[in-house]
Amino acid sequence: MARGGGFQKGMEKPKNAKATFVRLMSYLKPYLGKMICMVLLIVLASLANILQTMVLEPIINVIKGEPLGAYQWLADLVAPSGEKMHQFWALVIVMLSIQLCGVLGSLGYNWISTRVTTKVLRQLRLDMFSHMEDLPISYFDQRTHGEIMSTYTNDTGMVRELLAGSFPSIVQSAILVCGFVVAMLINNWLLTLVCFVQIGANALLVKFVGGNARKYFARQQKSLAEVNGYVEEICAGQKVVKVFTHEPQVLEEFDKRNNEYRKNAFKSNVFGNSFGPIINNVSHIFYAIIVALGALMLVNADKTTNTFSLWGVFSVAITTGSWVSFLEFSRRFSNPFSQLAQVATSIMGSLAGGERVFQIIDEKAEEDEGYVTLVNCKEVDGQIQETTERTHQWAWKHFHKADGTTTYVPLKGDIEFEDVTFSYVEGKVVLKNISLYAKPGQKIALVGSTGAGKTTITNLINRFYPLDKGKIRYDGINVEKIAKDDLRRSLAMVLQDTHLFTGTVMENIRYGRLDATDQECIEASKTANAHFFISHLPDGYDTMLTADGANLSQGQRQLISIARAAVADPPVLILDEATSSIDTRTERLIEKGMDALMQGRTVFVIAHRLSTVRNSDAIMVMEKGEIIERGTHDQLIEQKGQYYRLYTGAFELD
Amino acid sequence: MTKQKSFFSEIMPSLKGCWLVTLLCPVFMLGEVVLEVLIPMMMGEMIDKVQTLLEQSATADVVFAEIGATCLLMVIMSVVSLGCGFAGAALSARGGTTFARNLRNDVFSRIQSFSFYNIDKFQTSSLVTRCTTDVTNIQMVYTMLIRICFRAPSMLIFATIMAFVRGGDLAWIFAVSLPVLGTVIGILMLKAYPRFSKMLKKFDKLNENVQENLTNIRVVKSFVREETEKQKFFNTVTDVMNSQYSAEILMVFVMPIMQLVMYMTRLAMVGIGGNMILIGSTSLTVGALSSLLTYTVQILSSLMMIAMILVNVTTSRASAERLDEIFKEVPDITGGDSTEKIESGSISFKNVNFAYAKDSDNYVLSDVNLEIKSGETVGIIGGTGEGKSTLVQLIARLYDVSTGEVLVDGRNVKDYPLKTLRDAVAMVLQKNLLFSGTIEENMRWGNPDTTQEQIEDACKKAQAHDFVTSFPDGYQTELGQGGVNVSGGQKQRLCIARALLKDPKIIILDDSTSAVDTATDEKIRYQFEHGLKNVTKIIIAQRIASIQNSDKIVVIDNGKIADVGNHDQLIERCEIYQEVFASQVKGKEEGGDVNG
Repeated sequence: MARGGGFQKGMEKPKNAKATFVRLMSYLKPYLGKMICMVLLIVLASLANILQTMVLEPIINVIKGEPLGAYQWLADLVAPSGEKMHQFWALVIVMLSIQLCGVLGSLGYNWISTRVTTKVLRQLRLDMFSHMEDLPISYFDQRTHGEIMSTYTNDTGMVRELLAGSFPSIVQSAILVCGFVVAMLINNWLLTLVCFVQIGANALLVKFVGGNARKYFARQQKSLAEVNGYVEEICAGQKVVKVFTHEPQVLEEFDKRNNEYRKNAFKSNVFGNSFGPIINNVSHIFYAIIVALGALMLVNADKTTNTFSLWGVFSVAITTGSWVSFLEFSRRFSNPFSQLAQVATSIMGSLAGGERVFQIIDEKAEEDEGYVTLVNCKEVDGQIQETTERTHQWAWKHFHKADGTTTYVPLKGDIEFEDVTFSYVEGKVVLKNISLYAKPGQKIALVGSTGAGKTTITNLINRFYPLDKGKIRYDGINVEKIAKDDLRRSLAMVLQDTHLFTGTVMENIRYGRLDATDQECIEASKTANAHFFISHLPDGYDTMLTADGANLSQGQRQLISIARAAVADPPVLILDEATSSIDTRTERLIEKGMDALMQGRTVFVIAHRLSTVRNSDAIMVMEKGEIIERGTHDQLIEQKGQYYRLYTGAFELD
Repeated sequence: MTKQKSFFSEIMPSLKGCWLVTLLCPVFMLGEVVLEVLIPMMMGEMIDKVQTLLEQSATADVVFAEIGATCLLMVIMSVVSLGCGFAGAALSARGGTTFARNLRNDVFSRIQSFSFYNIDKFQTSSLVTRCTTDVTNIQMVYTMLIRICFRAPSMLIFATIMAFVRGGDLAWIFAVSLPVLGTVIGILMLKAYPRFSKMLKKFDKLNENVQENLTNIRVVKSFVREETEKQKFFNTVTDVMNSQYSAEILMVFVMPIMQLVMYMTRLAMVGIGGNMILIGSTSLTVGALSSLLTYTVQILSSLMMIAMILVNVTTSRASAERLDEIFKEVPDITGGDSTEKIESGSISFKNVNFAYAKDSDNYVLSDVNLEIKSGETVGIIGGTGEGKSTLVQLIARLYDVSTGEVLVDGRNVKDYPLKTLRDAVAMVLQKNLLFSGTIEENMRWGNPDTTQEQIEDACKKAQAHDFVTSFPDGYQTELGQGGVNVSGGQKQRLCIARALLKDPKIIILDDSTSAVDTATDEKIRYQFEHGLKNVTKIIIAQRIASIQNSDKIVVIDNGKIADVGNHDQLIERCEIYQEVFASQVKGKEEGGDVNG
């Protein structure tokens, strides 16, 4: 379940914001040129934004016939005739060009940012996935699928917010703030001071309101998580609720949590929603003050003689044009600030999301110091030689560092456990001093109750987990020396939960060996007893299987997975043949398939039905991580131990 | 569109308790908007007044007196507007959260009223998303709607009115720019919607791909197919990238186009208005021009808000549709109104046919006729997917028969209220679950008024008492979600005890002891036989041993009753039974030989 999704994570803070940020930025490196372009375009757009307001001043002054002051040069430049009408229209055209630049700039940077962002997101997802595929099985044991999947969508979504939203927004706001301050100072330093007071007031309000909003938001998210958790649990057990007609009680419980959530959400929303009106109206108040002060200055500027008046302080140079354009500035001055405040909270969320993405990427990959590889070989004069031909004969290529020689050991499928001890979690031993051997072609059965360690044994052969102590040898070679990929190629597994992939039946069978021909796949499915039902599917071997083969019965899925193992054609086979949810008759069909598959291979079989164990070469009875009895069926019956009790039904496996 | 409309009528009931708020909120919003629109006008008038005063060469004191009052008025208006804004915020918070609570409650209660058939249709994970993420999405849209939906259009209207009042000669510029902007945005939205839904589909693919790899990771690794999977994933993310780009690039145009229209409108105002003032063909003043510029911003930004709402409403449409499906889903099983109590545990099936899909004759069960007397023990055996579970689920009306009828205590199950029926018929499901809480709390699911003594008694019968008391906290042991703190076999025994506590007339075990060892299983069976004399016991099992001693054994094959009889009769005449028996028991007998 995608529990938690975005909603619980919104307020989470990143542990190391700076490192995560730097790392995210490194993903932008391939787009350095584009990013520079983008920043330049943002600068262009922001400057245009400021300049077009500045140009308002000379335009109005031309209309009012007041002196152009600092803008005289501009008027002279664009309208050398000095004629009022010329000046006016020339300045309007200047304004038009500035605005067009601004529009083009913002179009351009948004375009680039969308392009770059989607590409970076792809790269992040790819990196995550590639790395995930290389992670050890233990990683997947410790996490829920929902947790990992949410990283691919929610967390990368939050990173997108940063790249496409916050990042351009910061650059823009920063430039706007600086630009506004400069433009306003040029315009009128005294009124600018008033604006600074306004910003200060805003900051205090933001701090107070924002602090409360954050506090209640955290509570809101917590109670939301509780509501959602409850929903999850009840929905999962919905049928049990029905059977017990427990609906009224469930609704009551739900109502309690739901009300708690509403209470907290209300408080959080009150603060959150009043943000806008507060900032807005405070700016109106300051606006009124600036209007009044500006008017006074204008009067004072007009009456230069009035020096001893109390209002003389305000005799700063001002014209109607500069007054109007300052009013424009002051109205827009607070925008970039509130934008920055918004961005600040969203950046923290984005970085927390990014951090989770990098956590996956940084997770330690499966270690592999194996250097013994599997190669095609042929026999020449009794000597094994490596070859690039596909000979269907394989050998372990073993380079000995000590004397610099290379030996070739033919692949036979001889497995030996020597005193193996293993624990998933440190201190909780799952397997204790296990020793066993399987000669090529032998069938070894593992029996015992759940948790006895049967599946663990098979997981160690293909090095899904590292051993604590002891050695496992494959054809006499310590498996730790064998390259993992090659080791796994020499083994095939049929697991108790059958997992198929989205794709056709043929593709699923071919999963066992990618270069298998259609004919080989069909042969394999005949071996597995699967050909009959496959050829009766609507599109035969081309039938599309949906997610995890949901359109097939469990028995049919199991048969396909047997065919998949048959195509791989390895010397060693591991069958975890738990068929508890398959009825006896279907099981018999599967058993036939399995029997055919086992021919001529070394087989480890985790047996649940004792009838399938009897013809094994050796039976290991396991309990609490130890082999307590071993021998052939007859020997074990003779011993009258646990196996005997199991067999006579005094004790049943689960 | 019709779908949307009906969705709104579906969620209407969720608005109970928020009507007053939903109506009051816009009043305050309106107040805020009116004041906000008036302020630029006053400002413009002030500019003109200052101009006049300048021309009259008034002194600073006069100027201050003249404009001071206006300024004060503006401050007062701002404060009032702030009050309105705050009230609006509080009210909208109240409305939004109340609505969300109601909606969530309605969705959840709706789910509670679903039958097994309804639940199967949706699947658990999808129900959870609907009740969590989808509700949250709708809540967000609602809050936004009541906050902005009145504010933005009324701002648009008032600002436009003011623009016409103040700048009569120039107001026609709006008449040009607004429709242009509206059309362009409309076209972009229309084009964007299909692209966004395509993008969402690609995201589903992405999820599917990751999910598949997570569940199949052992297969991937044991066949060394990491590289193949990476290649597959590369194609998936590239699809995601392309579809996301093609959708978002349209949105990239929205902002600059808005900006362009805004700039052009302002420019037209300044250019045309300024020209008019210069050639003296108008009564337009600089003050009026300046307030017009502010109105431009107000009008266009409220338009932008409306566009934003539209985007959000569009993206939440998927959520709305998914909730709509919940509301549209008719719970197909409702109880009868018989006041009769269920006194005996007799059951009879009469010509029962059953198909999971409605209006389908793809029967899972057909021609089922079966009589079970009160107090009997009945075993049911048969292959997976042959219809065993379905058969017993018809008794508690977890599903309704397609044709025919099921009687309990001589009355059609459809006549009883569900509570009466299900209290009398206790079922231990195959996929059973315990809930977070203590063992005792879980036991009380059967009956909230149960005494401690009764709980212990039931647990003893289900062979659970011993291991429960071996826990340090005994019956107060916390089970964790889904009962993760106990083993499979223990869980099954607790589930049986929980069902026993209902003090039912009929108890059904649907393969409920599969994880329990044979010896314990036998003890449970013994308790069932001797401790529940008057209760009808129906046991579905894979193991013949579990049902061998039943009064009656029903063999189900391919959705039909193949045979009914006791063990000895069946072993004599029923081929399927012989087959199953042979596969399970033969070994045992040989073992016995060795022993003997």
